[in-house]
Amino acid sequence: MEIKVGAIILSAGITPFDPSSVDEYGYATMQNVVTSMDYERLLSSTGPYEGQVKRISDKKYPKKIAWIQCVGSRRVTEGNNSYCSGVCCTYTQKQVILTKDHYSDTECTIFHNDIRSFGKDFERYFQRADALEGVEFIRSYASVVRENPETKDIAIRYATTDEGVKEEEFDMVVLSVGLNPPSAYKEISDMFGIELNSHGFNKQDHSNPMLTNRPGIFVSGAFQGPTDIPESVFTASAAGSQIGELLDYRRGKLAKERIYPEERDVSGEEPKIGVFVCHCGSNISAVVNVPSTVDYALTLPNVVFAKEQIFSCATNSAQEITDLAKEKGFNRVVIAACSPRTLEPLFRDTLREAGLNQYYLDMANIREHCSWVHAKQKDEATKKAHDIVRMSVARAAYLEPLQEFDLPVNPAALIVGGGVAGMTCALSIANQGHEVQIVEKNKVLGGMALRLQTTIEGMDVQAYLKDLIKKVYQHPLVHVSHQATIKKVEGYVGSFVTTVETEGRVKEIKHGATVVAIGADEYKPSEYLYKENDQVFTHIEVEEEIAKGNEAITNAETLVMIQCVGSRNEERNYCSRVCCSHAIKNALKLKKINPEMRIYILFRDMRTYGLREDYYREASDQGVQFIRYTPEDAPVVEAMKEGGKDIVRVTVPDSILGQKLELDADIVSLASAVIPAESTHEIASHFKVTLSPDEFFKEAHVKLKPVEFSADGVFLCGTAHYPKHIQETINQAYGAAGRALTLLTHDTVVASGSVCEVNEYDCVSCGACITACTYGAIEFVETPKGKKARVNPVLCKGDGVCNAKCPTSAIILKHFTDKELLGQIDAAVTKEEIMEQMDAVLELEEV
Amino acid sequence: MCSGRIDLEFIIRSFLKGQDGVFIGGCNLGECNYVTHGNFDALANTYICKKLLEHIGLNPERLRINFMSGADGNLLAEYTDDFTKTVREIGPIGKSEGMDIKKVKFKLEAVRKLIPYIRLVERERLRIPLKSKQTYTEFFESSEFNRLFNELIVDKLAICQIMMLLREKSLSAGEISEILGLNPSEVSRHLDVSARQGLVRFDKSHDLIIAA
Repeated sequence: MEIKVGAIILSAGITPFDPSSVDEYGYATMQNVVTSMDYERLLSSTGPYEGQVKRISDKKYPKKIAWIQCVGSRRVTEGNNSYCSGVCCTYTQKQVILTKDHYSDTECTIFHNDIRSFGKDFERYFQRADALEGVEFIRSYASVVRENPETKDIAIRYATTDEGVKEEEFDMVVLSVGLNPPSAYKEISDMFGIELNSHGFNKQDHSNPMLTNRPGIFVSGAFQGPTDIPESVFTASAAGSQIGELLDYRRGKLAKERIYPEERDVSGEEPKIGVFVCHCGSNISAVVNVPSTVDYALTLPNVVFAKEQIFSCATNSAQEITDLAKEKGFNRVVIAACSPRTLEPLFRDTLREAGLNQYYLDMANIREHCSWVHAKQKDEATKKAHDIVRMSVARAAYLEPLQEFDLPVNPAALIVGGGVAGMTCALSIANQGHEVQIVEKNKVLGGMALRLQTTIEGMDVQAYLKDLIKKVYQHPLVHVSHQATIKKVEGYVGSFVTTVETEGRVKEIKHGATVVAIGADEYKPSEYLYKENDQVFTHIEVEEEIAKGNEAITNAETLVMIQCVGSRNEERNYCSRVCCSHAIKNALKLKKINPEMRIYILFRDMRTYGLREDYYREASDQGVQFIRYTPEDAPVVEAMKEGGKDIVRVTVPDSILGQKLELDADIVSLASAVIPAESTHEIASHFKVTLSPDEFFKEAHVKLKPVEFSADGVFLCGTAHYPKHIQETINQAYGAAGRALTLLTHDTVVASGSVCEVNEYDCVSCGACITACTYGAIEFVETPKGKKARVNPVLCKGDGVCNAKCPTSAIILKHFTDKELLGQIDAAVTKEEIMEQMDAVLELEEV
Repeated sequence: MCSGRIDLEFIIRSFLKGQDGVFIGGCNLGECNYVTHGNFDALANTYICKKLLEHIGLNPERLRINFMSGADGNLLAEYTDDFTKTVREIGPIGKSEGMDIKKVKFKLEAVRKLIPYIRLVERERLRIPLKSKQTYTEFFESSEFNRLFNELIVDKLAICQIMMLLREKSLSAGEISEILGLNPSEVSRHLDVSARQGLVRFDKSHDLIIAA
């Protein structure tokens, strides 16, 4: 087959590292040594023991499991990778948490090097795993010594600080294997004619990590280098957006409009409910008795049909639902399966295919709310599944058909913030023929990047920025408002109206989508004599001073860097992600200028994840000294004179030597935290979006929707989302452009039918609903019967707060009406249960 | 749908149907999925409802609200376990309170009938402009809230119960006072008010009070 295409995306992914070639882990010879990928299969309900973790040797449950980190990663020996795979620390923590969930008495030991929890919310995740009882993190290299010939237990040798080298036996050992390039990377390179780096990943253009050396061929995901899920997702959108820039003139040419059968009017019919109970492979049926739930459903009022399905979401199952709905003539459908969060749209579509209104669907969540949380109580779980289905059926009987409507989409975009993220995103959108307005609070474009000189890989940030700014100003579709503040935001997805004050005048900007790219700030430390002593700088300041040629810095005899200043503490319980690489970058730069300089980096965990690990090694090779400290015993900094010279003495405990080290520094450089931008709260309230606990913007889904907000039509990129390196910001900025374009390239967007409506007959015009609605969706209108409240369905977002405030119940949230919900509440208890309760009370009274 | 959609009616109806406990889960305060911050409304409703339960003699611990994000599945499980434990300890509704089911239902029904009025009171007198956990806790745990509750709701609830009794059959003031466990002077005060509003009339010859 030959397919003609205009562009290609290589999403070749990764191959897990194969430890069988490395003797030291015994993977090839010992049965109870498994890789983390094998372990993932053991945990899976479709795995070899249907989700039970058992030893291969004797099918017994392991009571003592060890994880060995960095298998295949961070090593320069033959057959290993020199880079850090970036994902293993956190996936191991996930496996530990899942293991403890299933088997609370299993002991879990993790032998690790640095803990690299650099991702959003990862620090908290690590703390969660660490706090579990029977979980121990041990910082030590570990080697597999032998297999016990009888028990098949595995002995591991490791070093401890107080007891020296120890040997310990474990029931099972999990090797946390790293990420290799795709196994066919050589063939890919030859076939597509693209250049690779020395590790076998695409050779990166640091100003645009999606590019290959061949125009028209792009990469996304881990083929850029080891990557986690969110980065894979946004680089995928990002590569898509760049292809859009090439092929926009052909957009939509091959698309076919979906035609649904005409909707059957069933409003006159009695409710006839069809119930489908899903096994979800074994996710549900391993716990809940599915056939019994089907039988039970058949006993419920209005149920005319019930059936089990292995995967209700599979194409053939959806087809079956459509066919049966037509054949059996049922007019409402209950799917007893998973949370409606993911699959409700799919099943609604299934109903439309059957000629039923899509709001005639109810999902009974017997997975997340039942089988997944009651794995050990099968009988009770089945009973609960019956309850959930009964409640769902009760609600379904009251469901009403609702109509969705199309809202027009203004094809223009507004970008808040004119830094690297905002400009990159703006250009990608504008290159696809859309007007873009950039709102920048400062006089000049550039943001935080104005202060950065190079990246660790050596990209000249200022030259790159100059070029980017030039492109923005020269683009006929990009308009920039400087010194601008946002005064007011009105409207909704597809048609926002934003009032901006810029350079003394006020203007209104109409746009269909918004991208929040307001960046982040640098923490101004209150610790370590910062601003009190002129020998103390932040890493960014040191970089700036080097660029200025400040000899006090470049000629320093001793320079001490202190990491995690203002990060990873109680106040900011997150890792600022970029500072470790920043420290290494500065150290390498200084060593190049002044090879004699003594440089010490005081760190907690070095988090030079991914390919940046090579620079860490280079710094170490060049004599940069790394000293680990703990927050309980943090460095102490004092200014003093020593030999007639002003110095800053840094005292830090050295855990290896077991004594205090005194470092007399000419310069101290602090890795000050990346903190949310000052205007974060203001922007969040303007665009009705939310913040994470650390006050960075909160994306719609941390893994799967990393550039979207739950508010429709608003997108996110850059350090406003979380601290990140420039390449990562560029990746995400193109990603946000890609997502914004999926909205902007359509003429209309569909709005939900689940909105509020006023029954004017019951309305007493008290205004309770109007005060409750923060969307301004309800207004009084004059009617022949006086003043009545009326809902603008376009502005209504369906929260239903008004519904609970109305004293006459005149305003109702459609699809969640009192009738529907009370029906469900009433059905929560069976008649038999009520009788039982009454009998119990009566008996008591008799006694 | 937001947790602010949780009607007082939903909660009371659940207890009426014989549930021993009601749990409300909402987003973290200050982290609204909408912009309404309706979880504060849910919180206010919970405080009001707990007060109502306590007033009619039911253990207010039978109602609980907890806040968590969509990613806090573990917290939901934790809260649910803990609440289940609490409700198990309290026991079936009415039992630990020493009330029979009939009486529990009668009292709950009176509260249910009063909900439209309670909504008005909430809006006019019990709403706090500043949505913060601290201000909500301070207000709803203050003597001021107690005072307002007594002033605005307690009498209405008593009258509501009296009317429910009288609609079933005519009774003497003494009988009403005995059934509801109210002292006779209070009953006569309520009856005076009700008579003035034209809700009841007195049958002097039989010493009975009749619903109008």
